[in-house]
Amino acid sequence: MPTRWAFGLFISIVSQLALAEPDGAVLFTRHCAACHGLNGMGGVGVPLALPGLQATVDDDYLRLSIRHGRPGRVMPAFTQLTDQEVAALVKQVRSFNKSSSGFPAVKPPHGNAIHGAKLFASHCAACHGAHGEGSHGTGVTFSRPRDLPILAPALNNPGFLAAASDSMIKTTLLHGREGTPMLSFVKQGLSESDVDDVVAYVRSFAQPSQTTLPADTAHEPPILLRTSKYSVAETTERVKDVMTRYNLRIIRSVPFNQGMVETKDENPEQRIIDGCDFGFLNKALAVDPRVGLFLPCRVTIAQREDKVIIMTINPKRLSYIFNNAELNELCEEMSKLYNDLLDEAVQ
Amino acid sequence: MRISRLVVLLIISIIALPLCAEELMMVRSPKPFVESMAALQESLDLHGYKVMRIQRVDVGLKSRGFSTAEYRVVFFGDAAEIQTLSQSHPELMPFLPLKITLFAEGDSSLAVTNSPHMLKTLYPDPDLQAHFTRWEKDVRAVMDDLMLAH
Repeated sequence: MPTRWAFGLFISIVSQLALAEPDGAVLFTRHCAACHGLNGMGGVGVPLALPGLQATVDDDYLRLSIRHGRPGRVMPAFTQLTDQEVAALVKQVRSFNKSSSGFPAVKPPHGNAIHGAKLFASHCAACHGAHGEGSHGTGVTFSRPRDLPILAPALNNPGFLAAASDSMIKTTLLHGREGTPMLSFVKQGLSESDVDDVVAYVRSFAQPSQTTLPADTAHEPPILLRTSKYSVAETTERVKDVMTRYNLRIIRSVPFNQGMVETKDENPEQRIIDGCDFGFLNKALAVDPRVGLFLPCRVTIAQREDKVIIMTINPKRLSYIFNNAELNELCEEMSKLYNDLLDEAVQ
Repeated sequence: MRISRLVVLLIISIIALPLCAEELMMVRSPKPFVESMAALQESLDLHGYKVMRIQRVDVGLKSRGFSTAEYRVVFFGDAAEIQTLSQSHPELMPFLPLKITLFAEGDSSLAVTNSPHMLKTLYPDPDLQAHFTRWEKDVRAVMDDLMLAH
């Protein structure tokens, strides 16, 4: 009987899951709105509602972009979504701009990549980078000027290359994207043959994927830890001294459980020292506004049995969750600083 | 394995599927920053967590001459639980208390946090897994509250 009951419940749940049509608006709010805005007006991510964008991309491009993301460029690959959910998301994105219709189909391009490289250097590289690496940063957001609705995408990104068909790239080059700095190549005097050559060159870009934890990072520990031969109080003073020398302004040096308990119950054997290099922070926020998860620069000191240990998080180990190659470099820099700082403090 | 157990396991795995989290949680609150901050604190309180500190990153940046919108890091947790863990597993302390970063973006706000589920990979100690699972459930609920704040 229990078997039949459980089997019945299983069938019931599976049936309901199968019959329920995914709600694109709900899915968009949950998975996309944080970056692309509640109405697709953009922010950290591309303004999907922009008529100029809607007119140049087809549903397949949107679907594949959701599936593949943009490795190393913040946009994650939504591999956990079902095909129905992705289709619902595409429909939702399309609903932001009902008036926009696509451009007529183009003749499939068969261009010359060598000539395309020359044209790319003179017409595209200023915005998209010499090798199609795109603009720096994550998009227009809180600390950035809002004079541009979009940053030049990375054309060499494997996610872009997987999502964009040659025809889609050609359409974009022929017509440009209204409302963005991307101008029509035809209006700039290039021929359709020239455009085909640029498409061939863009297609020749290739870059290894960075969506997963890089092999050289996987063995990194989650925290950096040293044992100090000094007492907690002495270690605290040494850490503060080193942090100051490393240009980290001390924000506070307090018991770890301050704020959790009454002052009389604070534990002097566990301490935290928070510091900040505001110049570095400002640079990191421009690269990725989500970097607050690493804040503040904190050193934790604790008495463990007869030893004193000092610890920090290891940014190098954690940076991969941001899917931002530019941020990886800064995290590596931070990990080196933490390692040096801890070494000096326990010398 | 008996069929009934297999079926129950299948059911659990299907139900749990949407809970398999990405390691970074990010949601947009439709409310401006001040109201979003209030909603965040209210939700944390409702889920039994105490806000232990709010790091005013924007204030620090502005005092150094950098321009920024509101940007705060909210530290929270169950005080007793955190203190116990800091004694039994001091190597977990750099990740404690838990935190959610909240910042303004125009008329709405963005909230970011790492999924506590991520800690399962970093700290495979069986004694810690139940904590991480509960935090994951609660933090996800808090982020949902923020996303649906009206």
